[in-house]
Amino acid sequence: MPFVTAKSQRSEYDVIVIGSGAAGGQAAYTLALEGARVLMLEAGRNYAPQTETPMFQTPELAPLGAVGTPDKPFGFYDATIDGGWEVPGEPYVRASEEPGGRFEWWRPRMLGGRTNHWGRISLRNGPYDFKPRTRDGLGFDWPIVYEDLRPYYDKVELLIGVFGSNEGLENTPNSSPGCLLPPPPPLLSDLLFRQRARRLGIPVIPGHKAVLTQPLDYRNNPARLHPGNLQAQKLIAEDMRARAACAWATPCARGCSLRANYQSTTVHLPPALKSGNLDIATDAMVYEVTLDGRGRASGVSYVDKKSGAHRRAAARVVVLAAGACESVRILLNSKSARFPQGLANTSGLLGRYLMDTVGSSLRGQIPLLESLPPLNEDAADGDQTYVPWWLYREQHAGKLSFARGYHIEYGGGRRMPGYGTASGLERLTQGSYGLKFKQDMRRYYGSFVSFDGRGEMIPNDQSYCEIDTQVKDKWGIPVLRFHWGWSAHERGQAAHMQRTFAAIIDAMGGHPFEPVETDGAKAISPGGLMIHEVGGAMMGSDPAKSVTNSWSQTWEVPNLFIADGAVFVSNADKNPTLTIMALAWRTADHILERMRRKEL
Amino acid sequence: MDRRTTIKWTLAAGVAAAAGVPLPAAATAATTPAAAPPGARGYGTDPDLTATYHSGELWPLTLSAAQRRLAATLADLIIPADERSPSASAVGVVDFIDEWVSAPYPAGRRDRPVVLDGLAWLDAEAVRRHGKGFAELHSKEQHAICDEICDESRAVPERREVAHFFAVYRDLTAGGFYSTPVGRKDLGYIGNVASASFEGPPAQLIAKLGLS
Repeated sequence: MPFVTAKSQRSEYDVIVIGSGAAGGQAAYTLALEGARVLMLEAGRNYAPQTETPMFQTPELAPLGAVGTPDKPFGFYDATIDGGWEVPGEPYVRASEEPGGRFEWWRPRMLGGRTNHWGRISLRNGPYDFKPRTRDGLGFDWPIVYEDLRPYYDKVELLIGVFGSNEGLENTPNSSPGCLLPPPPPLLSDLLFRQRARRLGIPVIPGHKAVLTQPLDYRNNPARLHPGNLQAQKLIAEDMRARAACAWATPCARGCSLRANYQSTTVHLPPALKSGNLDIATDAMVYEVTLDGRGRASGVSYVDKKSGAHRRAAARVVVLAAGACESVRILLNSKSARFPQGLANTSGLLGRYLMDTVGSSLRGQIPLLESLPPLNEDAADGDQTYVPWWLYREQHAGKLSFARGYHIEYGGGRRMPGYGTASGLERLTQGSYGLKFKQDMRRYYGSFVSFDGRGEMIPNDQSYCEIDTQVKDKWGIPVLRFHWGWSAHERGQAAHMQRTFAAIIDAMGGHPFEPVETDGAKAISPGGLMIHEVGGAMMGSDPAKSVTNSWSQTWEVPNLFIADGAVFVSNADKNPTLTIMALAWRTADHILERMRRKEL
Repeated sequence: MDRRTTIKWTLAAGVAAAAGVPLPAAATAATTPAAAPPGARGYGTDPDLTATYHSGELWPLTLSAAQRRLAATLADLIIPADERSPSASAVGVVDFIDEWVSAPYPAGRRDRPVVLDGLAWLDAEAVRRHGKGFAELHSKEQHAICDEICDESRAVPERREVAHFFAVYRDLTAGGFYSTPVGRKDLGYIGNVASASFEGPPAQLIAKLGLS
């Protein structure tokens, strides 16, 4: 049994945390630093970013110029191990292969999960995002408000380090003083984007990204993170001093051995391990939450993937943080005489209302950015600028054909050349080759920009997962079957993205470098491709209409909590990771409080 | 493009047999393996990311010596040496292309017959026009052939498929070339170095572009 820490598993823990990514990392960090004995179970292998991260490796050192393949979908150097939309030996079933009905499920299998490679864009949900139904009558309201989560957004930003700015824009919350690190200066292409988009009434502001543009404030942040706990403050202060600031080079998606950006394995787990309160077992595939005679969670059953042996672990509290769909799968597979439909599923809502993000992209070519002199524009690996949703008033007044907003992630600059740098260039060069081709490459390199729309999907009855009645994975665990559907809101939003991107490219004096797709059904990326899948075990205030209460505690089993995105009630355009961490911290605080009161 | 297409092109070109000229080795060798994707295995889902990999190390390569010579000739027509940087073949682009078309992944399997059949067509066309292989032609003769196929959108219908080959081959050549230190330097890429700070673009440049 590969244990990262202890030689063997203890007979009982205070808390078992299933999963080691944003949710599991945050929950385990908070619990361990506040004194709870935690066992973390991770289905993938151990991973050591200090030695495994290809920091400055260049594409010619990798197979095939480091391009993506089915084995490494985001490129050879991407910090994903044994993961992707297909995982060998771990199938899932798609109920439909039709465009618009297709859902693809991304899974990582490594310590730290997808936080090792994620985009690191860290946006807060705003007040509207917790009460969408009240605002427009669609979807559901959360049982909490922005103010409930605000202190935890502050804490997460203070702990992991997020750059950004406070602009005071509608439904785009400011952080408390001292929470944000200064954003990097904009690139030339950012300045052009900002100047021209503003002429169209589109605000361009600094992005929010979990990258240390300067060292964390190890003198002041620890007391704000762990008030009254001097031991935790000392520990995290030391750990913050050991994290380097950004070296302004190498893509964040490879992970960072300098610990200059957030990934669970470089930020949450090291101090949690140093506390002495965390044991981690890797290659431990949890498939069931076990119950005692009173119907309370007694622990979990898992497969040790190395030996194939089935094992158990016991704890006073179980926290699911395996990723929204995997957590739902574990609960649905935890069937008993008392809970024949799966655990925490009396409402019948387990697996229901899955959501992803609405994604649509367009590239443009900008003559003004041609033939620029050499500049180092690696910066903090992009996302210096973005556009928050800006049409709240028009939308509320019924002037748009869709109900919810999107933000725009913008890319440009003289990024490291690679395999794709020349792709499609003949559209501009009339098929040049020879000396002319070399000159064309020098002229056009750095003149391309990209726009990625990321929009809110409204939960619907067509998008859910259930246990497939036939297919099992290589360990005999029943797998998920996914159903998916978009509504006219998402399709209308995707079409609006394309028209907006085309208008901005035009305002920048450029031309779209690919067809502008104004048919929303074709403009929208398939479900799951944004890897923002959330929902499936939504929180609420009514046990008949939700899976957990507002503390992410399941209604049926008081010592069973869900810390990941499964509890999401809506999926705002803001990337979900920061909200997942804020919710996980809040849930962990609640567990600690209840354990101190001996209620758990 | 499949082998049947190559044969069709070859027939259309009026070929070798009719002209009584033997096909160069590259052309005959190329038509055989084109349709058969290699049975090699990939690098798996957990490769060592810090190691250095060389073409031919992970899966067997495909191109014969004659095909490599032809591949280098075409790559260097696309990216020749100039005062700023050397030619494509000088920085290992043929190794890159051979690795690519031999790879057990969808992109390689898609491009493999296009590249192998396309190279075979080049030789066949050279033989038809001049009685010798493409690599043996004068530069002017090579350019005359390339000029007809370098732009997919303007190629005459009967040249469209081979123009597609040329586009694929140009992408592969450029992909291999600009992925190297020489290619990065050629484009003026000066990043991937650790710095203590990032200051953004110089003020004069911002002003010159009217972005102050």
